[in-house]
Amino acid sequence: MSVLVFSLVLFAICVLAGVLGSLLGIGGGLVVVPVLTLLFHVDIRLAIGASIVSVIATSSGAAAAYVRERITNLRIGMFLEIATTTGAITGAYIAGLVSGRVLYVLFGVILGYSSLQMFRKRHGHPPLEVSTDKWANSLVLHSSYYDVAEGKEIPYKVTNTKVGLVLMYVAGAVSGLLGIGSGALKVPAMDLAMRLPMKVSSATSNFMIGVTAAASAGVYFARGDIDPYIAAPVASGVLIGALVGSKLLPKLRAESVRLLFVVVLLIISIQMLYKGIL
Amino acid sequence: MSDISNGQERKEQSKLDLAEEKVRKVEIIISTVLRVGVLTSLTLVVVGLIVSFVHNSGSLVNSSVREKFYISRAYHFPHTLGAMFSGLSHFDGTSIIVLGLLLLVLTPVVRVAVSIFTFLYQKDGKFMIITGYVLAVLILSFFLGKTGG
Repeated sequence: MSVLVFSLVLFAICVLAGVLGSLLGIGGGLVVVPVLTLLFHVDIRLAIGASIVSVIATSSGAAAAYVRERITNLRIGMFLEIATTTGAITGAYIAGLVSGRVLYVLFGVILGYSSLQMFRKRHGHPPLEVSTDKWANSLVLHSSYYDVAEGKEIPYKVTNTKVGLVLMYVAGAVSGLLGIGSGALKVPAMDLAMRLPMKVSSATSNFMIGVTAAASAGVYFARGDIDPYIAAPVASGVLIGALVGSKLLPKLRAESVRLLFVVVLLIISIQMLYKGIL
Repeated sequence: MSDISNGQERKEQSKLDLAEEKVRKVEIIISTVLRVGVLTSLTLVVVGLIVSFVHNSGSLVNSSVREKFYISRAYHFPHTLGAMFSGLSHFDGTSIIVLGLLLLVLTPVVRVAVSIFTFLYQKDGKFMIITGYVLAVLILSFFLGKTGG
């Protein structure tokens, strides 16, 4: 395969990765790493370098639209970034102390359980109208967004801010420990614990994942793990995919986004269990 | 409903409206920062790719991926700022790509930095501290050189 063909094929696949990542708030790494390593037999380090770039590309590309369209809850995103960034640093430091296999099994189970819960609550999970959460009230985290699919403004109140912070810390630590994007944990935490609407959870997770990835990108760059001829088609493909995905999300029904998320989460969960057990 | 609770509700509502308006301004600024960052880096990456393919058409179009760079790490590309700038000075396609990727990586960091200033301007003390902390951790992690995705 010539370099030109490689670039074009990779670009096309990454457009799809960008669409999926921007719709679900999980970044593009989920697709990029297996495609590069299994399909193109690229060195795993270069694949992870490209994946970091893809996460930042999905995050920034989609967030530009989601923030403007007010689907992202900026204040919640910025507030929770306290926990994700701190978690990412801690995770990287305790990485040597805990067994990777145990973690894969543990998070495989957690993600599988979250997937099931999100499936079970697909109906009858309306936004809260009243919240007694002191932090959410004092930081004015409650908001509303205009749902194009339903054609109306949807107000929502936020709860369990402290639980959310703890879960985001764990999500950050997992990404530091296992080197994977933590959007898969962030979305269920916002949806199930903090009670954000599905689209808001996805858009806000999308907003946050770029920051954690940016923190590690400098290191990968200096180490020479970000190969321009791999990262260029990945970045441009994912960016274009994210721009398309961000136009799509507002029009999709929240239940459809939720179901797609449930399926993808289940796949990630099985992948993690597989890595941990075998 | 009594007058007191009505008054309280109105006060709550105006507090929410004010917060909403403030958030709107921050949203526009942040969205613009992200859009400019993303479009600039996308342009640089694509231009860099085209320049490289035009300059090295023979080797890049004909040679196999396997023998070129991807499998072996023998292929060298600029991964220090010095190497990148020296490449840029003679319009080297690879260095243009690297500059675009670097801009992409810096976009979220700039987004955090810019939001500190918008909160400062709006005198939102709590969120100034929150974003200030996030930027500090980000910078720290750059120096520590150890975090995941």
